[in-house]
Amino acid sequence: MLLGLSGCGTQASSNGEPLVGLVIKTQDNPFYVKMTEGAEDEAKNLGFNLQVASGDGQSDVDSQIKAIENFTAQGAKAILVTPAGDGIIPAVKKAQAAGIVVFAMDSPLGSESGIDGTFATDNQLAGQLVGEWAKAALGDTEPRIATLDLSTDQIPVDVARNQGFLEGFGIDTGDPTKMWDESDPRLIGHEVTDANEAGGRTGMEKLLQKDPTINLVYTINEPTAAGAYQAVTAAGLEGQITIVSVDGGCPGVMNVQEGIIAATSMQFPLEMSKQALQAVKAYLDDGSKPANSDGLDFTNTGVTLVTDQPQDGVESEDTAFGLEQCWG
Amino acid sequence: MLGLRAVNRSATDLPDGERTSLPAPKAPRGLVEIDGGARLSPLQWVERRMLSRPLIGPLAVLVIALIVFSIVSPNFGTLQNFSLILQQVQVIALLGIAQTLIILTAGIDLSVAAVMLLAQVVMGKLAVTLGLPVEFALLLGVLVGVICGAINGLIVTKLNIPPFIATLGTLSIFYALNIFISDGESVPYAEVPALLTWLGTGFQVFGTTFTYGQVLTILMFVLFAYILRSTAWGTHIYAVGDNLEAARLSGIRVNRVLMSVYIVAGLIIGVTAWLLIGRIGSISPTAGASYNLASITAVVIGGTSLFGGRGRIMGTLLGAVIVGVFSSGLSLAGFDNLWQEFTIGILIIGAVAVDQRLRKIGR
Repeated sequence: MLLGLSGCGTQASSNGEPLVGLVIKTQDNPFYVKMTEGAEDEAKNLGFNLQVASGDGQSDVDSQIKAIENFTAQGAKAILVTPAGDGIIPAVKKAQAAGIVVFAMDSPLGSESGIDGTFATDNQLAGQLVGEWAKAALGDTEPRIATLDLSTDQIPVDVARNQGFLEGFGIDTGDPTKMWDESDPRLIGHEVTDANEAGGRTGMEKLLQKDPTINLVYTINEPTAAGAYQAVTAAGLEGQITIVSVDGGCPGVMNVQEGIIAATSMQFPLEMSKQALQAVKAYLDDGSKPANSDGLDFTNTGVTLVTDQPQDGVESEDTAFGLEQCWG
Repeated sequence: MLGLRAVNRSATDLPDGERTSLPAPKAPRGLVEIDGGARLSPLQWVERRMLSRPLIGPLAVLVIALIVFSIVSPNFGTLQNFSLILQQVQVIALLGIAQTLIILTAGIDLSVAAVMLLAQVVMGKLAVTLGLPVEFALLLGVLVGVICGAINGLIVTKLNIPPFIATLGTLSIFYALNIFISDGESVPYAEVPALLTWLGTGFQVFGTTFTYGQVLTILMFVLFAYILRSTAWGTHIYAVGDNLEAARLSGIRVNRVLMSVYIVAGLIIGVTAWLLIGRIGSISPTAGASYNLASITAVVIGGTSLFGGRGRIMGTLLGAVIVGVFSSGLSLAGFDNLWQEFTIGILIIGAVAVDQRLRKIGR
């Protein structure tokens, strides 16, 4: 899966352009494909020699370590990585010790990582926005809430979106670093889905079997939401159930337009790679490091609520905007 | 080994006893006396029954699980829920037919889900992106399954590479092609032509929804159970899996049988791709990527031996349904998702332990 990495330490650059390594998680997700495209464009603008390596899945730490080691050996000036897990921290530290600046994108590393900067979606805020929207949209209806999450592993992005949603809706989240420890009776249940259509459908079927009065469903991403909708229509409950989601992929935004998903929080992978490369440029020019966004330990690359049913007091854009800005 | 099998047959007088390998000599009559004269402990009696009727084990597990979960959760034991469970496992079950055919030849196919994803992504690409007639797209997608099966078969028979390694390789190849063709993107529900999602639609019986996909799944199981039981091709598959050399010596063209098995498996997987689109409504390059191992799980829990030559198609249906019943039952009983995986693990080990025991007494 490693693209064009031979690991020989002599080819520092082509045409004297500084080598920048980009390490993504996986190529089977348009999010990372789009991020790579954005990086390639921006690298051309800034005069970098960008090389890309990919892991083989959301948590393939091993391939990422190898890629970071290879870029280090090749004499890269900077490495951008979308961390598959904290397991890459030792490799990151070795790269930094060799004088390379390393930025994380998409997901933050653990707080002790010593990474030079992070460019990510505020996933907590992404969840919170759809939570606030759902609260307003439901109005006086007694909420019966279910969540379709990613996995049982309490992965940071999974936790941040889920807890953000509950907080946005006004539900006490208990320990905000843990999903499913809430005791609010309005929460009916949760299922894990692997964040794809098949998991979303089966999970939703199980939840409806448990309690057919559910009227609000939060989903970890839009493919999960699309699967959940299939279960909802099969049960004939389209009018009863509101589905909200997070991501901003083009198929997802189209589903918002169709009314399959009521609202989704869009993230901006192009911005992540663009801003990260500009930060590389700034660092190479004068040694300055990127500043974190207010109240966060990373640079927030933005999140926007997309819906065709705007609610008072909740800022949102419509699907026309969404289809222009969506990725993948 | 052959003697005892034959004894078992004549002693219990079951024509549908375990398949003996083709070049099996007739059992010497005298052995019947030995068996008939010996007293069997209850455990031995159960083991003999399981040897002659391999579906008894999985059937017992299923019945017990159904009873327990129906008592624990009031929402479990409804026709509606049984229909749902079958819908949830139908894709894995249908892949399981292909997997069973291959495992019966003492092979294994790690690439079934990757072939399925590739076939459905091709269907979507042709019908939606290129705008070809949807019937044509569907047929070409199924053909992709057949071609992938043929490639697996050629690698196994011509390059003499063990099926595990061959399909480990093609798993990566087919999955990469799937991502290349789809760009990793889903085709959303609104854009998928109705024919491609037809198997997800259905009809009402007693107020419960059944889908055409469920009907197709059941029909495919009946068809392949018949083929394996009553055709020469079926007999040859068991013979090749039981003892390749013996099958060869008895005049079976072993490579031709293996090749045909991989091609037919590819055909089944191509049809399963259609079923998957009906199930999830959209065309996704990643939904069901975990079904490679899930299909093997269904086959193993269904009592088919990973060593080849022994097992039943209907066992695989039971295996898939058992997984679905535990998943649904544990969820409704309020157990967390990780306990579902935990339980499936126990079932797999239990099933293989039983298989090992039966192989031993079968000798």
